[in-house]
Amino acid sequence: MGWVDTVLQGVLLGGLYALFATGLSLIFVVMRIVNVAHGDLSILAAFLAVVIVEQLGLNPFLALALVVPLMVALGFLLQTLVLNRLLGRGVLPPILVTFGLSIVIQNALLEIFSADSRRLNPGGIETASVALGSELAVGWFSLITLAVAVLILVGLQLLIGRTGAGRAFRATSDDQETAELMGIDNRRLYALAMALSLAVVAVAGVFLGIRTTFTFSSGPDRLLFAFEAVIIGGLGSLWGTLVGGAVLGVAQTVGAKLSPGWGILSGHLVFLGVLLLRPQGLFSRARRVG
Amino acid sequence: MTLLSIRGLSAFYGTFQALFDVSLEAAEGETVAVIGANGAGKSTVLRAIAGVLPVQADAVHFAGRAVGGSPAHELVDLGIVMVPEGRKIFPSLSVEENLRIGAYRGRTGHWTLERIYELFPVLAERKRQPGTNLSGGEQQMLAIGRGLMANPRLLLVDEISLGLAPVVVKNLYRVLRTITGEGITTVVVDQDVSQIMELAQRVYCFRKGSVSLEGRPADLTRARIAAAYFGV
Repeated sequence: MGWVDTVLQGVLLGGLYALFATGLSLIFVVMRIVNVAHGDLSILAAFLAVVIVEQLGLNPFLALALVVPLMVALGFLLQTLVLNRLLGRGVLPPILVTFGLSIVIQNALLEIFSADSRRLNPGGIETASVALGSELAVGWFSLITLAVAVLILVGLQLLIGRTGAGRAFRATSDDQETAELMGIDNRRLYALAMALSLAVVAVAGVFLGIRTTFTFSSGPDRLLFAFEAVIIGGLGSLWGTLVGGAVLGVAQTVGAKLSPGWGILSGHLVFLGVLLLRPQGLFSRARRVG
Repeated sequence: MTLLSIRGLSAFYGTFQALFDVSLEAAEGETVAVIGANGAGKSTVLRAIAGVLPVQADAVHFAGRAVGGSPAHELVDLGIVMVPEGRKIFPSLSVEENLRIGAYRGRTGHWTLERIYELFPVLAERKRQPGTNLSGGEQQMLAIGRGLMANPRLLLVDEISLGLAPVVVKNLYRVLRTITGEGITTVVVDQDVSQIMELAQRVYCFRKGSVSLEGRPADLTRARIAAAYFGV
């Protein structure tokens, strides 16, 4: 493997990280809360896909047609029945409650699915590759992941930039009280944002499950990588999230090439470097509130 | 007919009591001024009416209904719309988007984007720019335009002249006269007494969270207003 190949694999891995990061970033920007259960919810989505694939014999890609609506409904209920009750009580309660939710999800998954590692099998595409010249080949599945990530980001960009709901998201993110004065029902808006976030999380979880094996306890690592991608890219910037994911992916693949044990570590080091040298991230929003 | 009726309103920020047994009324189509020094409770009254400060249900009646403490979005549906102190233009939204978000609840009426641009031509010229790129006076026009986009039945305008040059304030009052001339019931809060007394049909002076004086501007002498304002 040459260096070009290593970097290319890293960029493609970044597509997956961007999927994880986008949902997290959306929730933080709109609601100013951190969903600590984000990673576990993605693993929950992957297990949902496992059940659907086993019971209905569907291809994992087709299983998304069921997993996404289920996660959307879960997001809506989670926000309406649980998280909206914590509004106006400061930043700590949502962190504690989602942390608790993270533990509940992990233990429920352990109870139902045991500690065995699982994988989603899409029937060959995960190992198929396309040759780029004589020395270089990239996996179809990695390309599809990156393409899906870009499509989702374009869709979100259009939603946030062009629609009435998107205006309400931005206004609430700017100034929640004034947004309420405009007649925006923030509880409903937050339920919508959480549903949207979990739709993206569902896609991220299923793609993760096709790419690699996962267990009930794979969630927290996903949360950490999502955090790192968001911080590297810059909060509030959708395209920054993609770049942040790519930077993290490249750092990990380059680190792993130097020494097999260094992959995750070098990702963390690059993240710490960005935090030290450019804490606002590479693509932070130019306009700042206040 | 009385559109807005406040009776025995008390309001708190935590344990601090900001309003003591306040009563205030506005008839349909009337323009009411609320004056007073810093911290007198003027803005608190507006925030209580607009639903961003929790108050007792029967302390605020609107069109015959007890609406105190209802969430702001339900009050906007009834036509209670507030232009907040300090303009509070959304920085992530363009001028036009700031206006459009004013119409979020979709109340129909004769205020449209076109009519707002007729009223404030400068906003039409700069509609693609970020709302916070405008000058203070233009931002106040934008905030008023944004409020009108909700097609209010009751328009609450908080601290309209705060931090603005006298010539800009004069212009804003001229526009406000056009708006109130169309029959929208309006409650305007200002610390600057001179302009508002010419606009309003009735005036309430607040001091230390209570109404210290109420009357028609023509019936009030400068000395009485000064006494109610400063408590001397």
